[in-house]
Amino acid sequence: MGLFDKIKNLVNKKEKVEEKETLDVYEKGLEKTRDEFVSKLNLLGIKYTKVSEEYFEELENILIMADIGVNTVFKFMDRIRDRVKKENIIDTKYLQEVIVDELFIIYVNNESLSDKIKMASDGPTVILMVGVNGVGKTTTIAKLAYKYINEGKKVMMIGADTFRAGAVTQLEEWANKTGSLFFGKENTDPSGVIFDGLEIAKKERVDIVFIDTAGRLQNKVNLMKELEKMNRVIGKIIPNAPHETLLVIDATTGQNGIIQAESFKEITNITGIVLTKLDGTAKGGIVLAIKESVGIPVKFIGLGEKMTDLKVFDIESYIYGLFKGMIDDE
Amino acid sequence: MFEYMGDRLSKAIKNIRGMGRITEENINDAIREIRMALLEADVNYQVVKEFVNNVKEKALGMDVGKNLKPDELFIKIVKDELIALLGTDEAPLETNKYPTILMLVGLQGSGKTTTAGKLANYLRKKESKHPLLVACDIYRPAAIDQLKTLGKNLNIPVFEEGKKNPVEIVKDALEYAKNEKNDYIIIDTAGRLHIDEELMQELKDIENTVHPYEIILVIDAMMGQDAINVIEGFNKALNLTGCILTKLDGNTKGGVALSVRHLTNVPIKFVGDSEKLDGLSKFYPERMAERILDMGDIMGIAEKVEDIISEQDAKDQVKKMQSGKYDLEDFLTNLKQIKKLGPLENIIKMLPQARKMGLNNVQVDPKQMAHVEAIIQSMTPYERRHPEVLKATRKQRIAKGSGRSVEEVNRLLNQLKKKKKMMKMMQSGNMKLPF
Repeated sequence: MGLFDKIKNLVNKKEKVEEKETLDVYEKGLEKTRDEFVSKLNLLGIKYTKVSEEYFEELENILIMADIGVNTVFKFMDRIRDRVKKENIIDTKYLQEVIVDELFIIYVNNESLSDKIKMASDGPTVILMVGVNGVGKTTTIAKLAYKYINEGKKVMMIGADTFRAGAVTQLEEWANKTGSLFFGKENTDPSGVIFDGLEIAKKERVDIVFIDTAGRLQNKVNLMKELEKMNRVIGKIIPNAPHETLLVIDATTGQNGIIQAESFKEITNITGIVLTKLDGTAKGGIVLAIKESVGIPVKFIGLGEKMTDLKVFDIESYIYGLFKGMIDDE
Repeated sequence: MFEYMGDRLSKAIKNIRGMGRITEENINDAIREIRMALLEADVNYQVVKEFVNNVKEKALGMDVGKNLKPDELFIKIVKDELIALLGTDEAPLETNKYPTILMLVGLQGSGKTTTAGKLANYLRKKESKHPLLVACDIYRPAAIDQLKTLGKNLNIPVFEEGKKNPVEIVKDALEYAKNEKNDYIIIDTAGRLHIDEELMQELKDIENTVHPYEIILVIDAMMGQDAINVIEGFNKALNLTGCILTKLDGNTKGGVALSVRHLTNVPIKFVGDSEKLDGLSKFYPERMAERILDMGDIMGIAEKVEDIISEQDAKDQVKKMQSGKYDLEDFLTNLKQIKKLGPLENIIKMLPQARKMGLNNVQVDPKQMAHVEAIIQSMTPYERRHPEVLKATRKQRIAKGSGRSVEEVNRLLNQLKKKKKMMKMMQSGNMKLPF
């Protein structure tokens, strides 16, 4: 089993402190998630030692409850049934390995995925943050800023969510807390704010600029025009910018996550996803469906409220976090 | 809101239209489609299972009478079951206590603060209350500012004491309300995870100190299968009296509405259906079910319109139309009223058979309406009343003033002419109303 070896190697090999820490955070953050998921999958293995129709039905239940996405789950189930038939799998313990393997394949899909953030070779790197209301855009910017400031970068935040009451002030407070430069104005044209902000960023020789935007999907025409204008303004001041446009998605989001990803992709060139609020009981399985249907990879995950609770997404650690209990029980 | 769910259900039901009678075999496809559609709408897995079994059982047990076709019968069963799931009775808000204390709780980002503003606005407008908003979100940066801004826009008082202990803030707020004669107190609390014991204890402390009559869980309609854990978590810790479903606009399917009542017995009291501060509507299970089945929500539209246009205004306008004196000034008034209804897409989606007519994905560019407004506003009041005086030079001036082209000015004037002609025809009885 390719993936299983990979995961086991990962656990054995990765002794380096930094790597270990990453895994620990994943584990801790996903504890709730994993507990439920794994115990369910394990119970299933105990309940049914042999593969049966009931086993499939309960497996489907578990995957749907993880918000993996109905279409993705149904296709996945077809593949599992197929393999069971072809490889004549009877033992559910063995099937569990197949399940993990296939989940991995959904996400990776023979592509070489990069979780790296594209940086400008010269001048400020501009990262545009988009997403619907309440997913945690502002907090994510704060965490990213904290991360890059710790790496010795000069960071600036631009508050261009000029619509929601208090959004600009909220970002400004984060800027003060993290030691970032800040520019923002309420109740005005967001592109104007970006224009003025980027001029300052250039003058101040800032390394990374994060731009916070309003998450109003309700009126797509408006949002589209707004984002088009923003992109135009950004590109005019800093050529080839924005270097990244990150879509923030709440882990508690259900099937609507796919619509969010599709809609924003239609409007602007999304380069990656930040999956937030993975510290609750939500499983965030929708990212698998998004990767499969829209093709946008996850770059970061948010695992809590602390500034340090943002990690680079790593599919192997993610699946490892989800299935650790299962592997240890072997 | 339930667009996708509606699509699947309509399709599934259409398939059994031609059947002579209902058998397990001929409803299998429809049942499977229903199951898929509900799951895609994020309805809880267990609920879907039960729902599907109930529908199947009832459909098979029913005789297709002489008057009912199988698809009509099937629709009736599905609709009745949907209503049963959504809760058959309305759950009005407690308004009779003096003062009524209401606390809003929920996860981060579910929309509590905005909902607090909407609720205060609603209570003042519909229940003639004098609400006081209390800012208890001491954790999220600028949360207090956000509530204060909302209060300022709505002209509703906001009580805040910075980052003091929330229990103390609430106590002080009650004192303050007594003096200021506020009869409805809305407490906005910080967002928290249902598994965060420390923060859940804070809510319990507020509950035990002031005993709110209403403890309302604010929940994002876009939530997936985890919704049930959240609702159960909050319901276990607190005595929830109801639920408000937010963000039910845009493309939200909101299957969580179907799960909440059924699994927890907590009634849905309101839905947040636009980003505007009057975007809060009472929750009607029957209407929701009809919307799911693509039967439209005419009652909902009528209510929205009534909110904005008074009966007298409406009568005056009809008179004017009939007398043929309808001019650009009236046109401008109408335009402003339409704008107040919120995004037009949302209204169009509420029309019966909207999907069938392909209207569910219509996108209205609010800029276009703004252009027309600009053109009219660039005219003098006399010109608006007497558009016939508009000749080339005046038109050029108006075009320049509004930043639009002369063609656009002409187009608007032609529209008005056509509209007047139609009104005259209706008046003289030469044309029947299109409905």
